[in-house]
Formats: sequence, C-alpha cells, structure tokens
Amino acid sequence: MTDPVTPLTPGTAQPPADDPADGLAASAAPGTARTRPGRASSSGARRVHRPAGQGARSSVLPGTLFLLALVGAPLVIVVAYSFMSRGMFGVGVAGPFSVDSYVRLLFDTQLDGSKIFDPRYIGVFWQSIWLAALTTVCCAVLAFPMAVWMATRSPRTRALLVFAVTIPFWTNTLVRTYAWVLILNDNGPVSGLLGTPIGLLYTPFATAVGLVYVSLPFMILPVYSSAEKFDFRLAEAAYDLGARRLTILRRVVYPAVRPGLVAGVVLVFIPSLGAFLQPQLLGGGKSLMIGNLIEQQFGASRNWPLGSAVAVALLVLTLLTLMGFALAGRRGGQKVSLM
Amino acid sequence: MNRTRRVDLRRFPAFATVSVLLLVFLYLPLLVVVVYAFNTGRIATIWEGFSLHWFGDVVANADIRNATLTSLQVAAVATVCSVVLAIGIALGLAALRRTARGAVMLVAGAPLVLPEIVLAVATLAMFAFLDVPLGMTTVTLAHIAFCVPFALLPIRARLADMDQRVFEAAADLGASPWRVFRRVTLPLLAPGIVAGALMAFIVSLDDFLITFFVAGPGTTTLPIYIYGMLRVGITPAVNALSTLILLVSLLVLAAAYFAGRKRG
Repeated sequence: MTDPVTPLTPGTAQPPADDPADGLAASAAPGTARTRPGRASSSGARRVHRPAGQGARSSVLPGTLFLLALVGAPLVIVVAYSFMSRGMFGVGVAGPFSVDSYVRLLFDTQLDGSKIFDPRYIGVFWQSIWLAALTTVCCAVLAFPMAVWMATRSPRTRALLVFAVTIPFWTNTLVRTYAWVLILNDNGPVSGLLGTPIGLLYTPFATAVGLVYVSLPFMILPVYSSAEKFDFRLAEAAYDLGARRLTILRRVVYPAVRPGLVAGVVLVFIPSLGAFLQPQLLGGGKSLMIGNLIEQQFGASRNWPLGSAVAVALLVLTLLTLMGFALAGRRGGQKVSLM
Repeated sequence: MNRTRRVDLRRFPAFATVSVLLLVFLYLPLLVVVVYAFNTGRIATIWEGFSLHWFGDVVANADIRNATLTSLQVAAVATVCSVVLAIGIALGLAALRRTARGAVMLVAGAPLVLPEIVLAVATLAMFAFLDVPLGMTTVTLAHIAFCVPFALLPIRARLADMDQRVFEAAADLGASPWRVFRRVTLPLLAPGIVAGALMAFIVSLDDFLITFFVAGPGTTTLPIYIYGMLRVGITPAVNALSTLILLVSLLVLAAAYFAGRKRG
C-alpha cells in the first residue's frame, strides 16, 4: 500500500462493469458540452461530440447481432418448441400449439386419459434447488473467511493468492470433476485411508462435493474483491471501541463484503442449479438434476418438447433468482454487478 | 499499516486455518490426478508402482491427437472472432445512450448468466430448426457466442482505465477515426485484448456441455473425447491425458501471469 489514507483502491482484478462506463459517460457528457464552444474554433470540431476515439455506435452491431442470432434466437426457438409436440419417430418437434409438456411436468396421464399428480419431475427440480442452495451456502461460509484473510495479506501475497485461487478456475472443468471420481470411488484414496469402501461415489453427497469444488473460486473472487476495498482500520477502530470479534465481523466486515457475497451467491447458485457434469459423473443415477433431465429428453428419450419445457422452467428459475438478488443488492444500498 | 495488519492477523485466527485448508482442498484433487497418472497398474485407482507408459499411450493415440487438433482449431477461430466482436462492442458502448447501452450489455452478458445447459439445447434446437448439419461450423459458431462476454470483460476494464483525453487529442491533431483506432486505441487496448483473447481461448478449450450438444457425431473435441473415455470406465490413460491438460493450462496461465506482471 503506497497511500494508507486512500480508503478505496479500485480492485485490480475486475472493476464493477457498469460503473466505469457510467462514470465515464457522466463525466464526458458535461465535459464535452462545456468545452465544445471553445473547441469549435479549433480543427476537428465536427467529430468531437462523439466520445472521442471510442468509435462509432455502430461498432457494437456485429457483436450484438451475432449474439442475438446465436443466443437470442435459440431461446425464442426453445420456448416455441416447449409448446409443441413430439415429431414423427421422436425426431424434433411437430404440430400445433400445446401445453402438454408443461402439464407433463406435474401430471402423468393414465391409460383411461385421467391425469394423476406425478412427483418425479418436480422431485428433480426440488433436488436441484436443494443441492444448489447447499452448494451456495457451503461456498459462502468457506469463502468469507478466506476472502477476508486474503485481503489482510501484503499486496504481493494477495496477488499470489488471487492467482492461486484463479488457477483451478481456469483448469478444465471436466478434469476437475473427474478428479473426484478418482478420489471418492470405492478403490480410491478415501476408501484406502478409511480401510473400507463406504460407497461415497454416486451419491448426492459426491455431487455436492463436486459442485462446491468447481464453484468455490466463483465465490472467493467476488467476496475478495469487496474485502480488498475494505479499510481494515475500521475493524481496528471497532475493536478499540470495545466491539467483540464476532460483532466486528457481523457489523463492520460483513456489510462491507456483502456486495461481493451477493454477486458470489448468484455466480454459484445459477450454474449449480443447471449443473450437468457433476451429477452425471459423481451423482450416478441417484441425484438427477435439472441439467441431466434436459439432456435425457434431448438425448435418449428424444422428447424435445418436454426437454424444452424443462429448459424454459430452468430459465424462469434463473431469471427469478437474478431478480431476487438484484433486489437483495439494492436493499443493501450497494450496487451489485456481475460483469 | 504493517502493525495494523499484524493486529488483524490475531483478530480472526480461524480464518488463516480455513484458508490454508481451502487451498489444500483446491489443489489436492488435481494432485491426485497427477499422481495416479504415473501409476503402473491397469486399474486406474490402485497404486502399483511408478511408470510413464500411460503418457506414451496418450501421445501415440491418433484419436487423442485429432481431438486435440479439433479443440485447438475451434478455440483459435472462436478466440479471434470473439475478440474482434468484443472490441467492437467495447468501443461502441460508450457512445450509446444509457438504455441502449443497457440493452447491449444484457445481450453481451447473456451467455455468462444463462445456465449452460439451456444455451446448449437452445442452440441445438435452433440448428435443428434451420436444418444446419451439426459439425465443426456449428461448434465454432456456438463457441464464438459464449466467448464474447469473456473477451469483453478485460477489454472493457482496460478501456475504462484509459485516459479518454488521448483520443480527443489525437482527433484534435487531425487523425481520422480509423487512424485514431489503429495508432492510439489498439496499442493502448492491447493488454486488455491479450487478456480477453486468453480468457476466450481457455473458455473455449474448457467447454464440454455446449460442444456435447452441437458437435454431432463427427466432431470430437478433447473434453468430448475424455467424456467418452469416462463412460467406458476409469483408465490410467484418462489420468495421463488429464495431467497433460492441467500442465498446458498451468503453462498458459503462468505465461499470462508473468506477462501481466511485467506490463505492470
């Protein structure tokens, strides 16, 4: 730290995305307005009212149109597919508008045409929400102390620690998930240490361990980037004023890192909710999650409309989660940004 | 400052323990994979002695070589295209009005926020709807799409850190917009572009799920190949291949880290 008086040093890792651009626009707009009369006499005046050098507005077009075509349009199509019926021979989709796929998520049709409640699909949703929530809580509980500890190291150590947390995040997800197959299986090191196989692999527990493992950096990094901006002399001040350690954590440190926690919760919960690899490789058949259900419908079961309906349901859950956390962020009085 | 830090240290003693344990938790599984890669035995999970022959098997395997080439080819094209699109978005964003900027950020951020499985089946559904045969092209297009936000992050961050007046200065001195872009914007943006390209490249190499859905039978990337191996059963060859992949990721990241430090 070169200047201990400066309370907030902007994180080097990633500044909250909206703020810089907003601040930039806010400062540029009046600035240009003020200077324009003066500059009108100089050369190049015609170009200046566009934020200089930033390029034309139209330069966003290729990227935006491409993403609309490859992300926007597919979403529209999957929503449309969810309101259709299975195609001939189980290939693709066909036919008129129908809500059968959504009804199927809740009810099973008997041979006589009557519908009875079928808890299987809802059960998968419940299992997914529960596992994703468990993963998120575990990550938050583990990441909070680590992020605070990292933020209290020297700048050099901090950089190294951030790098150390980032490495697993950038190594292959499939390999990292597979590592737990190796560790937890009945011939693996855990069973070896215990002396007897205890059937850890292919359980919801194994899925949860895998999810926590791949998600942890997504929690540590945003919490750390909040903690790093926290002036720890405030904790010192609270201590000097007689606050206990727990009170300091709860009343001083926690509010400061809350935006990072909220961002981390979103970054962990949403991918966990739609996880595929971890339940597939670690959970076996026992902890089917929404992602596996979708894959089955698009794969072996060849029921694209039902798969689409499940995907739309997952999408709705995702959006609800995002909205919930946006509200939580706003109530905290601090803007939470993911990008 | 230092004294304050030392007091903080004593304040939350359990935090250091948790942190060290978490670091072990993050690295131990990777270490286990690497150690087992040197196992002699045919059964991947029972240690029988030190051997390098699984690495030989991996290197000699033509399917693995092809899958590696496919992965690299997809990642290279996806990186170049996504970086170009991301530069366009980053530069244009500042010129947009607030609502338009929000809309573009929503579109550009969507692949990052959407569950990957939804994006995967939706992309598959669209290619099926348009009757596009699945293969290299569909994989590459899908990869470009989800790489854009990763490329955009560091480029935007870099742009926000830059002194906006240099552009004005260049324009005032009579440089054409294209000349400003080539001679001022690009060189100053270079570290962000390199970081964005690196992110896009790694994210593309890493992808399993989207590729799994839009690849079709003929196109096998490395993660798809490994997934296929895992379905057959755990073999030491998987460990050796995984170790090689880990090694490559580490080398790339280390290079990026030191390049970043030198640049400051």
